[in-house]
Amino acid sequence: MNALKKLFGGNTRQFGMIFALVALVIFFQIFTSGRTLTPGNVINLFNGNSYILILAIGMVLVIIAGHIDLSVGSVAAFVGISVALAIRDWHLPWYAAVLFGLLLGVLIGAWQGFWTAYVGIPAFIVTLAGMLLFRGFNQFVGKSNTVPVPEDFQYLGSGYLPEIGPKTGYNNLTLLLGLLAVAYVIFSELRGRRTAQALGADVPEAWVMVTKLVLINAAILYATYLFATGRPGTSFPIPGLILAVLVLIYGFISAKTVIGRHIYAVGGNRHAAELSGVQSKKVNFMVMMNMSVLAGLAGMIFVGRSTASGPFDGVGWELDAIAAVFIGGAAVTGGVGTVIGSIVGGLVMAVLNNGLQLLGVGADLTQIIKGLVLLAAVAFDVYNKTQGKKSIIGMMMKNFGRTSEAAPDETTSTKEVISKEA
Amino acid sequence: MSIPTTHQDPVLLEMRSITKEFPGVKALSNVNLRVKVGEIHAICGENGAGKSTLMKVLSGVYPYGSYEGEIVYQSEVQQFKDIRASEHAGIVIIHQELALIPELSITENIFLGNEPVRRGVIDWAEARKRSIELLARVGLREDPDTPIKEIGVGKQQLVEIAKALNKSVKLLILDEPTAALNESDSQHLLDLILGLKGRGITSIMISHKLNEIEQIADEITIIRDGKSIETLNVKEDGVDEDRIIKGMVGRTLESRFPDHTPKIGEVFFEVKDWTVGHPQIQDRLVCKGSNFHVRRGEIVGFAGLMGAGRTELARSVFGHSYGRFISGQVYKDGKPITMRNVRQAIDAGLGYVTEDRKSLGLNLLDDIKTTTVAANLKKISRGIVVDTNKEFTVAEQYRKSLRTKTPSVEEGVSKLSGGNQQKVVLAKWMFTDPDLLILDEPTRGIDVGAKYEIYGIIQQLANQGKGVIVISSELPELLGLSDRIYTIFEGSITGVLNKDEASQESLMKLMTSNRKAA
Repeated sequence: MNALKKLFGGNTRQFGMIFALVALVIFFQIFTSGRTLTPGNVINLFNGNSYILILAIGMVLVIIAGHIDLSVGSVAAFVGISVALAIRDWHLPWYAAVLFGLLLGVLIGAWQGFWTAYVGIPAFIVTLAGMLLFRGFNQFVGKSNTVPVPEDFQYLGSGYLPEIGPKTGYNNLTLLLGLLAVAYVIFSELRGRRTAQALGADVPEAWVMVTKLVLINAAILYATYLFATGRPGTSFPIPGLILAVLVLIYGFISAKTVIGRHIYAVGGNRHAAELSGVQSKKVNFMVMMNMSVLAGLAGMIFVGRSTASGPFDGVGWELDAIAAVFIGGAAVTGGVGTVIGSIVGGLVMAVLNNGLQLLGVGADLTQIIKGLVLLAAVAFDVYNKTQGKKSIIGMMMKNFGRTSEAAPDETTSTKEVISKEA
Repeated sequence: MSIPTTHQDPVLLEMRSITKEFPGVKALSNVNLRVKVGEIHAICGENGAGKSTLMKVLSGVYPYGSYEGEIVYQSEVQQFKDIRASEHAGIVIIHQELALIPELSITENIFLGNEPVRRGVIDWAEARKRSIELLARVGLREDPDTPIKEIGVGKQQLVEIAKALNKSVKLLILDEPTAALNESDSQHLLDLILGLKGRGITSIMISHKLNEIEQIADEITIIRDGKSIETLNVKEDGVDEDRIIKGMVGRTLESRFPDHTPKIGEVFFEVKDWTVGHPQIQDRLVCKGSNFHVRRGEIVGFAGLMGAGRTELARSVFGHSYGRFISGQVYKDGKPITMRNVRQAIDAGLGYVTEDRKSLGLNLLDDIKTTTVAANLKKISRGIVVDTNKEFTVAEQYRKSLRTKTPSVEEGVSKLSGGNQQKVVLAKWMFTDPDLLILDEPTRGIDVGAKYEIYGIIQQLANQGKGVIVISSELPELLGLSDRIYTIFEGSITGVLNKDEASQESLMKLMTSNRKAA
């Protein structure tokens, strides 16, 4: 127990969710008799959910800033149909079409950002209107028809890393990516440890770090192996690649940059942020605009995957994205949340969906279970908060027989947990 | 449960060896408190000493079983499991942050959760009748149908007390009741508490305003570091403020203000003809043609009653962050400057520490280090990337130099006591290296020891050649700290007095008259 506590002492919610995700994968792996962790299924899982995860990245920023965006599904659909039409009627090459789609996202985002940030209409209302508006636009410009996209554009949504280099029996580029990821994880952990030591901050013992690195890297390498050994012609999917790049960029922006800080500040206490020189209107505008751009991107990836844009693309996506963000630990009141947490939250939902499907559970039951999971995740979080933010490990220990927090012998261990959390 | 009153002990409440632990901290250890029937019992202690925790134990916020020790109330051992249980026994607590609903009327608030019911339907006629009686008892002349948001904080406080009286209170606990009130409202409230005492209601009062305690308390229990230090009888022991302070800090403070020899330079900041309109109400002005200036190294006080427009003046100068700007010009180092938003004001070398730390000054979700650098991220960033190592170093530096009490700069600001939170806010503004720092009620809700330290920090800033404006409702504070004091009344500056010519009386006269003396 103590070892676990040291290993995962950091951020409670995130590790709680990573725990849940791993447990879920193992559960399905066992009960589907190994059909979950096959190359084909994992590739499918990523392909089929990457656009939701991309939406979750934008959505978490919106939610941190204290807003919500209900229009993402409609925006994605509108951008999708516009791009499909632009390719068909104006004969745009695929890259120009992508640029056109992103630009459209910028314009839509500016529209929603304007109403939210500068006029001061709650984002819930602005985007509820946007949901109707852009769904209508989608069906208006597409005349409620399905518009196919050419093969080179489909690559965006259903392509794979190409086979290059010597014949190893694996996909070489996927292997390379996996190794790069491992190297990066080790490098950044070591560097973080060194600077922490130099500043005189507490660092965990060496074995803790080594175990952590071994576990993370084992997971990365196993995933690499799965992606690299798929059916010939498949490998790490392009949407997955786009997602990975976005996670890195937005993870960095939210945690390490001035604008990231400002988003958290505005969501945490808008007045305090304004009186510290944060231009909250600008921040709100940017966050809303960014969301629509990502929604446009998600729409294009979806169109690429399904080879055509239709009038009912993206229905209900906003709810999936919002669920992912809240499962990933964000607070409804704003100021709290992380990009990586939302991705994990989205993956929890995705794995659940996929596993239940493999088990042959019907869509009705799947929805019921997903609803309960969302509720349970947030309830767990709320409970944690009222209990003075105990860590998940503290919770687990509590379930192992010991009860009250006031018991004297418990005090020391709780203290350690708290200090780890801080 | 009703308790026979015939065989009544003179002691109403006794808390015996109360110990309350939170994970990792012992908030209270072996605290004893004896409150006699019909007295006003003050509890004094620095912030974080454990006063509020003790009251939460008493009122059942921390239920029986979560603490050690005994509560004996009306000669019976009590085991309150929640607030309702303690209220049922006649113990009512009025918190510092008032628990009234702004949109509801006075009557609705008084009877909230306690509505008179006839055949399952609320009897509003009865409620209204009773609330008129209650309002008369607390001396509040207001229509009981007035929404709470339309009456001032002072009157809201009286409504809270009326609400408590409605619950047939025997022991009234007031947590910092006058913190947000001006002098006359405070006095009215204190008189009311004395009046309740005359009717046999016992009160426990937590306050940082020692002069008020001296004025109305019968007994004082002093708590320091989670332990009860002593109980003083005000009449018998001849208690005065210095005696209380000695008990609270564990030593005698020779002076409430650190020694300071001002080094005042030339005028560098000037505001002329500053007129600002109310943000919502069209024709109302909150600042009317105000003129003031600040010299380098000078501490300038702004005195005025609540609502006089001190904060409004300061905030409108600070990047138009309040109200509608109408006219006026700011000069810095002789040159006219314009600050249209807070960013520009900070860039122009201004800093403003808000009066309301929790709702305007701090993001309570943040930790100390992010708060410290929040107003000057540029200085620790390369391009748009924040250097978190520098952030840590800077925060650590201020933690040491301001002696902020915290285990680490990665601690959340919500976990700090008021005084330490204020130090973090000061650190945030010191890190922007302002030429002029405006401090709005810098010591509100802060204990004596921390006040002394904050005064020291303010004087140091002045010694570095910065101008400091201090807005305060506590005249002794302004008199002790400022080199020069402006008085404000109804949006106008009515006078300016140098340190040697100012007294509480002369200031008060200028703060309450609309005749322009300057």
